Amino acid sequence: MQRSWETIIGLEVHAQLATKAKVWCGCSTEFGAPPNTQTCPVCLGLPGALPVLNAQVVDFAIKAGLALGCRVNEKSVFARKNYFYPDLPKGYQISQYDLPLCEWGTIEIGTGDEMRAVRVRRIHIEEDAAKNLHGVGEGVSVIDYNRGGTPLIEIVSEPDLRSSAEAMEYFKSLRSILIYLGINDGNMEEGSLRCDANVSVRPRGETDLRTRAELKNLNSFKFLKDAIDYEAARQASAYEHGEAVVQETRLWDSAKGETRSLRTKEEANDYRYFPDPDLLPLEVPEARVAKVRETLPELPRAKAKRYAQEKGVAAADAVIIAGDPAFAAYFERCLEAYRDGKRLGKWFVGELARVLNEKVTSLATLKFSPADLAALLKLVDAGTISNSAAKDVFAEMVETGEEPRKIVERKGLAQVSDASAVEAAVDQVLAANPSEVEKYRAGKKNVIGFFVGQVMRAMKGRGNPGVVNDVLRRKLEG
Amino acid sequence: MSIETELLAGTIEGAAAALAGGATTSAKLTQAALERVAAVDPKLHAFLTIDEAGARGQAQASDARRAAGQSLGVLDGIPIALKDIFCTKGLATTCASKILEGWVPPYDATAWAKLEGAGAVNLGKLNMDEFAMGSSNENSAFGPVRNPWDLTRAPGGSSGGSAAAVSARLAFGALGTDTGGSIRQPAALTGLVGLKPTYGRVSRYGVIAFASSLDQVGPLARTVRDAAILLRAIAGHDPADSTSIPAPVPDYLADLEAGAKGLKLGVPREYFVEGVDPEVERAVRAAIEVYRSLGAQIREVSLPHTEFATATYYLVAPAEASSNLARYDGVRFGYRSPRAKGLLDMYRKTRAEGFGDEVKRRIMLGTYALSAGYYDAYYLRAQRVRTLIQRDFEAVFREVDALVTPTSPTAAFRLGEKIDDPLQMYLADVFTIPASLAGLPGMSLPCGFTASGLPIGMQLLGRVLDEAMLLRLARAYERETPWHARAPAV
Amino acid sequence: MSLSKDEVRHVALLARLELSPDEEEKFSRQLGQILDYMERLKTLDVTGVEPMAHAVRLRGPERPDEVRESLPREEVLGGAPARVAGGVAVPKIIE
Ligand SMILES: [Mg+2]
Ligand SMILES: [Zn+2]
Repeated sequence: MQRSWETIIGLEVHAQLATKAKVWCGCSTEFGAPPNTQTCPVCLGLPGALPVLNAQVVDFAIKAGLALGCRVNEKSVFARKNYFYPDLPKGYQISQYDLPLCEWGTIEIGTGDEMRAVRVRRIHIEEDAAKNLHGVGEGVSVIDYNRGGTPLIEIVSEPDLRSSAEAMEYFKSLRSILIYLGINDGNMEEGSLRCDANVSVRPRGETDLRTRAELKNLNSFKFLKDAIDYEAARQASAYEHGEAVVQETRLWDSAKGETRSLRTKEEANDYRYFPDPDLLPLEVPEARVAKVRETLPELPRAKAKRYAQEKGVAAADAVIIAGDPAFAAYFERCLEAYRDGKRLGKWFVGELARVLNEKVTSLATLKFSPADLAALLKLVDAGTISNSAAKDVFAEMVETGEEPRKIVERKGLAQVSDASAVEAAVDQVLAANPSEVEKYRAGKKNVIGFFVGQVMRAMKGRGNPGVVNDVLRRKLEG
Repeated sequence: MSIETELLAGTIEGAAAALAGGATTSAKLTQAALERVAAVDPKLHAFLTIDEAGARGQAQASDARRAAGQSLGVLDGIPIALKDIFCTKGLATTCASKILEGWVPPYDATAWAKLEGAGAVNLGKLNMDEFAMGSSNENSAFGPVRNPWDLTRAPGGSSGGSAAAVSARLAFGALGTDTGGSIRQPAALTGLVGLKPTYGRVSRYGVIAFASSLDQVGPLARTVRDAAILLRAIAGHDPADSTSIPAPVPDYLADLEAGAKGLKLGVPREYFVEGVDPEVERAVRAAIEVYRSLGAQIREVSLPHTEFATATYYLVAPAEASSNLARYDGVRFGYRSPRAKGLLDMYRKTRAEGFGDEVKRRIMLGTYALSAGYYDAYYLRAQRVRTLIQRDFEAVFREVDALVTPTSPTAAFRLGEKIDDPLQMYLADVFTIPASLAGLPGMSLPCGFTASGLPIGMQLLGRVLDEAMLLRLARAYERETPWHARAPAV
Repeated sequence: MSLSKDEVRHVALLARLELSPDEEEKFSRQLGQILDYMERLKTLDVTGVEPMAHAVRLRGPERPDEVRESLPREEVLGGAPARVAGGVAVPKIIE
């Protein structure tokens, strides 16, 4: 690349709201039912059927708006977005256009000095499309309408993001907020949280926005990152070769690792939005907003700040812990039994997160208690066991739920800190390696590592490393 | 002549009394109606589907209720029929379109469910202009309806089948829908009472949409009292329709005979202009004199934006229709072109082969009015003019209780007369459209006949939710005049 | 005025209507006439006039978040023109 290019990204996130029933009808939103068993005249768009708004959808959308610091509009309007597609039963999607429910909020990304606020332009309510199944029959696509009419909010950011990493951070942060609010399950595999990215590039220093492409099918954090990186490079290369970038929708093909054009050009999108005559304007009085505000939990960013400032948790760890409500709740329970937030935080982000990931287990199914975890860390603090032994004990706790002290006893993992016991082992090792002793005394001080290793092996790993070092030095120097 | 045949020529109230008194049964009455349909309808083509088995079953159930002392009231056992725009569970519903041929809805429209709940017997589904788009019933994909008063003439539209069936004494009453005049205009052209209630008064749930912000369900009947009985049965809030008004329904029969004395009637000068047939104008002016003689105060009023109503309507209604009719795509129900190759082709051929010309015209007009670059100039401007039209009415209804106008500028016109000139056809609705745009109740009732024996209708327009006023005024006039008693000799 | 053939074709594509050349001709003339009639609206000053989208002035109703029974699959899809494996089949969607 001859020039330095800047990537400009705005995200459109679609989040399914965790209601029991669909947005316009009483059909269940439960995932995984046999095809077309959760449908009715309304969500199938049969002639004569009419929509009636689910109140919970409105409250959830308000909740999201408040959590992102948006203004909640007293009046918003449902509009029809008209286009033909088999997964869109009515030939239009009921959405909000001119007047969305919420406008102008922010989402924080980064930590410390790197922290900044990404602007959220709007949050609006709309309905999900059905699902097209491919490869079910020869030459056909098959439609399952169960998902059609599931409530969504679309959260649209301003083009404030400048790298795929920032985009990913924004999306993660948003996901964590939605999960906190209890309005979305964050499940990207099942499609309950989806992301489109508007991507353009421009030479660094240029201030106007250039033509953007809308990237679809970004159903994992990795795809989001890879697609943006690919697309930014594609556009930059096009400009460098004197080619134009056209405004279009592009699909991320994860198998090929590339984006490709989705819609043909002559079918220029003209959605003919107009107010849905079947639905009257949505009016949200201030009192309703206030009532929803009362239900807002402490949000991840606030929680992370509190952990860092009050509990001494490292800022980056705090963001990770606070990012997941269950994780954070468990952290707080553990904090009651173990006060050192910094150490506890490290353990959470390191060992506990690893175990949860690797064992694909959840906090709810852990066999040990917060008190057990506190007891384990206290054993390390007291020098009873080494940090590495603690990891073994922890692995055992995960498997059996046995108390840490008992595991230490049963496996004989307690550290030997008694100098006389260590001396015996040291004497034995020095006697067995006279030539190495010579080297050390001749000035090759790094042989000490070899001796430490030998002593620890002789002590079956239970020697207190500090004590072993002290005794070795004393004997070798003496 | 059997007692049933005689009853069939009369009113709902008359038949209800005979049923209550044991002079006949619903089964016999229904049988007589089915026989008359079989004998007469081939000349009219008012029915698209005759549900003999269903009607007989409902009639027997009604008789059983009555025998058990559990009659549901005045409509129990009365044979009626429904415009084919109402979804009827298990009974084909086509909206007179090839694209819905053979479609059997899995659910009932609320309006029909309410009538059924009142014990009414449904004889079948009535012909109409395709998707309720038309003023002559010539736009039915299954062939036109003929006017029982003159078989060479149109019964009006779009509820032309409903009008013809009730007028020809095939059914005691029918439900129609009125978007820009589709109940009132055919009622006028066939000598019936037709009532379009306030927008939101009757549920639209299960009524196949044409233009959602204008569509309204209402009765066609032979007398004002019958219309009141039918409206009472179908009106009221429906939680399944978000635009349904949550207001209590008055007993429309309670004040029906209260007369016109002391009421203020407005005569809008914009409704008596060039283009109104002199015979029509004479009849309506004579009717106004009847009201004066009954003690009503008559005053001339002005609705200055009337001349813009038709243009407004033919932007708003097609815009909504272009979106409402997008669901007819050959995917989930109805017709799919067997010739299509690929998805886009399937859409285009299915809709090209499934829709008739008028429907295509309106879909294109509406699509154009909403499309990028034209939205502000057409659709949005029309919406603003709609506000002006509504304000006109608000202003005059501060002064008068109701308005009297012609329903249609002319009596029934000949089949084929306007079919090649869509704009001329659109102008047939100039007097019914303004109240539709404003969402106000309107009613047509017979007020005379032309020299050649065609019925003439006058229109009463009222305040929001004031159907009772219209019915009361209509009844006051009906008591004084013989027109409603005449029947076509078909 | 008449609508240009290109405009008619564009609108017909948006509306998914296949038109024959004769129909293009006919609709461009008829729609043109109708739109001419609409020109009268441009003589009105509508500045500051609220657009009217609904004929009722009410707050939109809402319903509680309760699951109601869906319809049996046979009832809702019984009339579908083509079916495969419990779903509605359409010509393959190419993305
Ligand atoms: Mg969207
Ligand atoms: Zn449903």
